[in-house]
Amino acid sequence: MADLLQASAVSVRFGGVAALSEADFTVPQGRIASLIGPNGAGKTTLFNAITGMVAAASGSVRLAGRDLTGLPPHLRARAGVVRTFQNLQLFTNMSVLENVMTGAHRRLGYGVLAAVLKLPAYWRGEREAGAIARECLAFVGLSDLADAPAGDLPYGKQRLLEMARALAADPVLLLLDEPAAGLNPRETKALGQLIRRMRDERGVTVALVEHDMDLVMGISDEITVLSFGRVIARGAPGEVQQNPEVVAAYLGGGEE
Amino acid sequence: MGFSRDLSACGGFLVLLLTLPHLLANDYYISVLILGCLAAMTAVGLNLLIGFAGQISLGHAAFVGLGAYASGLLTTLAGWPVLPAIVCAVALTGAAAWLIGIPTLKLSGHYLAMATLGFGIIVSIVFNEAVDLTGGPSGFVGIPRLEIFGFAFDTDLSYYRLLAALLAVQMLVFQNVIRSRAGRALRAIHTAEAAARCMGVDVAGAKLFVFTLSAGAAGLSGALYAHYLEFVAPSSFGFLHSVQYIVMVVLGGMGNAWGAILGAFFLTALPEFLRAFEDVETVLYGGILILSMMFLPEGLAGGLAKLWGRVRAKRDAGEAGRG
Repeated sequence: MADLLQASAVSVRFGGVAALSEADFTVPQGRIASLIGPNGAGKTTLFNAITGMVAAASGSVRLAGRDLTGLPPHLRARAGVVRTFQNLQLFTNMSVLENVMTGAHRRLGYGVLAAVLKLPAYWRGEREAGAIARECLAFVGLSDLADAPAGDLPYGKQRLLEMARALAADPVLLLLDEPAAGLNPRETKALGQLIRRMRDERGVTVALVEHDMDLVMGISDEITVLSFGRVIARGAPGEVQQNPEVVAAYLGGGEE
Repeated sequence: MGFSRDLSACGGFLVLLLTLPHLLANDYYISVLILGCLAAMTAVGLNLLIGFAGQISLGHAAFVGLGAYASGLLTTLAGWPVLPAIVCAVALTGAAAWLIGIPTLKLSGHYLAMATLGFGIIVSIVFNEAVDLTGGPSGFVGIPRLEIFGFAFDTDLSYYRLLAALLAVQMLVFQNVIRSRAGRALRAIHTAEAAARCMGVDVAGAKLFVFTLSAGAAGLSGALYAHYLEFVAPSSFGFLHSVQYIVMVVLGGMGNAWGAILGAFFLTALPEFLRAFEDVETVLYGGILILSMMFLPEGLAGGLAKLWGRVRAKRDAGEAGRG
């Protein structure tokens, strides 16, 4: 299986601190690849480097062979790299449906002039955005809350809303940053099924950062382990669990 | 989406504006209404910037002034006809905003507020000091009234009707922008800029667009102001006026499309009603502002919407009781 995402030798520095040192991370097409590691290992920083939200000091990011290195975040998003956030980033000044319609931003083509003059392109675009949004809300099971203000949703549903919004962007690669944070075990289980359905029914390739090991071990096709900004292991869930270096990193044994 | 509702709301608004002069006993109030319309044009544009996109401009009065002086100078010194002068003044104001926006809007944070604050002060100094061109602190007179294709808007009533129509059209354009892909992008930037960026929104571009648009609206309002009063002076475009435009937006209800209009008319008319209390006028003005913000945190428009909701709930309850 060819790698959809290839992040090679990515280094990120914050002042004198090396947050990431030559980290490699690949995600095979159509798979769920997880990124795990102790707190502060650089998992979110790697996601930020892949989406362009922090500048990498060196290294490259390629999506399906296309070099994304140096592109600003919105152009990477337009290329199909879509993400969710560890601490929710909903548009609280909009309804649930509008949030998801905003997710479809990159798929709509009409401009401001078409909107001001209400040209046919506007009506077509808005119908399309509405249809996409409703379909994505149905996919995550939020259809009945479409008209509610996004900020009024309970926490677990806000997480689902972020998933629906990301899905509306028709992601080529979907980066999920701790999607289970703050969810109870039942919600986490449902989330795992949802992520699997995204892969199986939508063909979405998923990169996952998560602390809930049951979820990670249950749905990942492969796992990359980061510790202190370096990749220390990579492989199938079973292999990674047996790796002594990984065990040491989690238990705080080795001196890296 | 909601277009027919927007269309009828703007139509109803226009009818209301056109009826107002006939309800007023005194012709003097028409000039207050004209100033209200002009302030509303600026405030509606500023609302798009502050209330929807969440960006603050502390120099919008300078854009109004730029529009006023540009159109005034083009018609007097260069002898241009009024209409092309206004168009040119609006384009010039937009271009000035665009140039300020390019470096400042790439940065996140309050750089736009700082840059517009500085810009407003510079513009004020130029208006005062470039005496040969602007007439200095006393301003300059002799700006012609508006004439379009031979029709002269030489009475206050005819000019007011024109402004009312323009304001209604501006509102419709405003609503059309809000209810579109671009409008959602603006609102997204307001609450979660990082997420908007990761959905493919060109954040710097969207901010530049809305800032330029709002400055253009201010420029139009300024040009129409100059051709109404036939006179401009720098004292009308100072920092305190910039603050007043912001107060109009906030008092009216940030992010509420109609709020800015309510705020603009309220703040324009308020001093007229307080004139009777000449000694304590300023105190009352400040007191009313404080009380409004305390008891109407969502602004005048939000307060009215809540009141209407309560009236309707009561009426529904009454009908249910009878049925």
